[in-house]
Amino acid sequence: MAVVQDVHGHHDHHPSGIMRWVMTTNHKDIGTMYLWFSFAMFMVGGFLAMGIRAELFMPGIQILEPQLFNSFTTLHGLIMVFGAIMPAFVGLANWQVPLMVGAPDMAFARMNNWSFWLLPVAGLLLISSFFVPGGAAAGGWTFYPPLSAQGGLGVDMMIFAIHILGASSIMGSINIITTILNMRAPGMTLMKMPLFVWTWLITAYLLVLVMPVLAGCVTMLLTDRHFGTTFFNAAGGGDPVLFQHIFWFFGHPEVYIMILPAFGIVSEIIPTFSRKPLFGYSSMVYATASIAILSCVVWAHHMFTVGMPAVGQLFFMYATMLIAVPTGVKVFNWTATMWRGSMTFETPMLFSIGFVFLFVIGGFSGVVCAIVPIDIQVQDTYYVIAHFHYVLVSGALFSIFGAVYYWLPKWTGHMYDTKLANLHFWLSMIFFNVAFFVQHFLGLAGMPRRIPDYSLQFADFNMISSIGAFGFGLTQLLFLYVVIKCIRGGEKAADKPWEGATTLEWTLPSPAPYHSFETPPVIK
Amino acid sequence: MTQSVTKINIVMSKKLLIFTVVMFCFGYALVPMYEKFCEVTGINNLLQPDVVDKNIKVDMSRTIAIELDANVRGMPWQFKPLQSNVKIHPGESIEVMYEIRNDSDQEISGQAIPSYSPRFLEKYMKKFECFCFTKQVLKPGEARQMPVKFVIDPQIPVDVNTVTISYTFFALQPGK
Amino acid sequence: MSSKSVMALLGSAILAFYSSMAFSSKYFHPEPQSVIAQETYDQHITALWICLAIFIVVFGAMFYSILKHRKSVGHKAANFHHSTVVEIIWTAIPLLILIAMAFPATRTVVAMKDTSQPDITIKATGYQWMWGYDYLQGEGEGISFFSKLSTPVAQLEGKETKGENYLLEVDNNVVVPVGKKIRVITTANDVLHAWWVPAFGVKQDAIPGFIRDLWFTANKPGIFRGQCVELCGKDHGYMPIVVEVMEADKYAQWVAEKKKASAAVMNTAAVGN
Ligand code: HEM
Ligand SMILES: [Cu+2]
Ligand SMILES: [Cu+2]
Repeated sequence: MAVVQDVHGHHDHHPSGIMRWVMTTNHKDIGTMYLWFSFAMFMVGGFLAMGIRAELFMPGIQILEPQLFNSFTTLHGLIMVFGAIMPAFVGLANWQVPLMVGAPDMAFARMNNWSFWLLPVAGLLLISSFFVPGGAAAGGWTFYPPLSAQGGLGVDMMIFAIHILGASSIMGSINIITTILNMRAPGMTLMKMPLFVWTWLITAYLLVLVMPVLAGCVTMLLTDRHFGTTFFNAAGGGDPVLFQHIFWFFGHPEVYIMILPAFGIVSEIIPTFSRKPLFGYSSMVYATASIAILSCVVWAHHMFTVGMPAVGQLFFMYATMLIAVPTGVKVFNWTATMWRGSMTFETPMLFSIGFVFLFVIGGFSGVVCAIVPIDIQVQDTYYVIAHFHYVLVSGALFSIFGAVYYWLPKWTGHMYDTKLANLHFWLSMIFFNVAFFVQHFLGLAGMPRRIPDYSLQFADFNMISSIGAFGFGLTQLLFLYVVIKCIRGGEKAADKPWEGATTLEWTLPSPAPYHSFETPPVIK
Repeated sequence: MTQSVTKINIVMSKKLLIFTVVMFCFGYALVPMYEKFCEVTGINNLLQPDVVDKNIKVDMSRTIAIELDANVRGMPWQFKPLQSNVKIHPGESIEVMYEIRNDSDQEISGQAIPSYSPRFLEKYMKKFECFCFTKQVLKPGEARQMPVKFVIDPQIPVDVNTVTISYTFFALQPGK
Repeated sequence: MSSKSVMALLGSAILAFYSSMAFSSKYFHPEPQSVIAQETYDQHITALWICLAIFIVVFGAMFYSILKHRKSVGHKAANFHHSTVVEIIWTAIPLLILIAMAFPATRTVVAMKDTSQPDITIKATGYQWMWGYDYLQGEGEGISFFSKLSTPVAQLEGKETKGENYLLEVDNNVVVPVGKKIRVITTANDVLHAWWVPAFGVKQDAIPGFIRDLWFTANKPGIFRGQCVELCGKDHGYMPIVVEVMEADKYAQWVAEKKKASAAVMNTAAVGN
């Protein structure tokens, strides 16, 4: 952390050393901590993924016993979703939202500090659950009962961690909503806000909408486990399927929580490097809002095999397919933004183009999954694993990489090493596809997900996938190196290092001063 | 930060907090909503006798094949229907028999939970007697034959001609 | 050529390589063995063609502009930023395409749900970790058995070479006659499981305390393999499903043998406990 510390060379009225970070209420410090936390969790989740892929490298049981394997997949999923992707976006929001709307800080600085410091507690709970008797939760990141009613202490630790993470997200969202709605600089009307701010506003509303439902859901699971309630137990008049409805009522909006900010980031980066205003700004805003609203009525597309009545299946199929329309609008808008621009291909732009390209592949497999008869074939197979890694890794994660490279000069005052950063992009791109493209075919051919061993027909593609995964994992160490190198030094970054950038943060010096916009800028 | 901004911020955070609490309760409200939804669509399992309309008309033009099924979960009982299937006309009342036997040397109580396929059968199946309305207590070695009396409402959609009625016995902990 | 375009070419070559490798091999849908599986297969192929067409249009435009509208070739940025007509068009066209895709799917969904008038009804019960089968109705009524993974542990541990049907073989196959409508009722003993045979295009969760159903009619005799597809604990990966489809006379013979065998052992009707 010492390296990060001297990035902000100011030493006005804040404690130094470790206490600075524990006590800080500065949105930039907190943003930085969120991002480092997220990276640490990404490494842990990545380690678990490497374990999974190592076990699946060839048929037979090599390094992970089946129960431990299940714990690995479960914790990989939970840590990546709640520990890596979501905190990374909140970190970006902390840094950028005040800078982009011209506010001096977040609305509730003290609460901002609390919402961050809840995260390491939850992270530690999840990681240490591996070492308690009975081991970590092993019922998948969706922890369906009755299986999740069977586990030991590990499951309770997971439930508790989810409560904490939920509380943190809700506090973070309240902060973001209030900052955006009340603290914009004079003249910045809603329809002048940068899209990153818009998408985060909508995301934050989704979070306060569904996070409490998840909290309710895990609370019911907890009381079912320990206090004799039978919400999800048929023996007492409950229904295990009810859990799935409640979980996915949270779960589907959750996947949009992980992709809407990504849309926002890409909508900042593409216009900048095309040197052309974003095509269809207002249709982007409306598309984002309609995706958010639709995302609340499609949840049961995760449950096409629970035996819903046909009308239910059809309703959720149509609603899901409908989401493809606003999503398509976004992709077309990005393409039209590039069209007849004057493009350059710096690392953030590479990641954004990579994002659009691969996210569309993930979108296509999403539409395929929406068609009920096909989904019934591919549900709970590697096809679905491939689908959601295309939207989460090459979607959410690539956009985060893009955002980090885009704003690093502003944060640190230095340019990153362009050569290495571009190498990071190309290696990620190649290894990602090697790892995950084959999984579509594994799923179609009949390989279920969440299995530690498989029949011989799947052997060669699993080996390809594992090799790609190892390559992808190693490549991320390069990312760490590039970021540290950039923090420690490098070519001095201009206040506005990107020629086509237009948003407010680029009017500040690089690195951004510890206190910025104390007198609000005026937007014409 | 000016005083007024702080104030409206706090007002807004209060609203959002209330909204959060409302959504938490909504999570719980999904439980009765799900039950209600299942009830109107006929998916629900009500463990209560139905009131049957005396003037219900028998529809002799249709025959429905009813398959009977029985399951036991986590207790040393034998449980089976005494006939694997019956054919009836909608509107006609009928009685089928199930048998349970306690194979253990302890007194055990159990509760049967019905389940239907297709799921909307619940809406059209009117039971006026069923062993699932109460818990069953069996002494060691005891066997019991139990009837289910019901009619199938002639309103049942015309394309339904095969249905399954399934019961699952779950053990009840002592004292429940 | 720049190093970047070499990379891009290499990438697309790899993608093309493994897609073609997959399509022409074991890495695609297993051959459909029932009407529903065939319809599913056809709809998937249609969907893939549609995706490919959209892909070519969108990325054709995008890569054209990446090549031509770059600063390094001296392209000057235009300044347009919206066009209502274009936006309406590209909202409407996808909508129409989706409606066209939803139409056949709707028919198949309705057909999948029609489990009425089966020739044979079989109950499949998921246990941690094996399947139990009870023939409830039709020819074979009363037959009941468990079906467990039969791959020896030594093969899992790599002490023995793995056989051809490694992890996809069981001690007792579910046997059904060809050309007959089979209705499978699923339920479970402990936790959720799911009964899946890809070749028949059927997959249904098995839920403790509740029954669900599915149906299929096998087109031809043969052995078709599937697996449990709902995480059910430690040995979730070790509870395969093997369906053996027989000609009617062979099936009758099988039923007779099973009946004889179970008459010898005292038949315990409810497999549970
Ligand atoms: C380093 C790259 C990654 C690799 C190699 C990887 C690998 C895997 C594998 C092999 C599985 C399947 C486990 C199974 O079903 O047997 C899996 C599941 C999953 N992954 Fe990843 N993953 C990566 C990154 C991510 C990221 C960034 C996310 C972000 C959210 C993510 C989210 C998930 C989720 C939610 C699951 C499902 C877990 C479950 O089945 O409960 N993964 N991953
Ligand atoms: Cu979803
Ligand atoms: Cu399973």
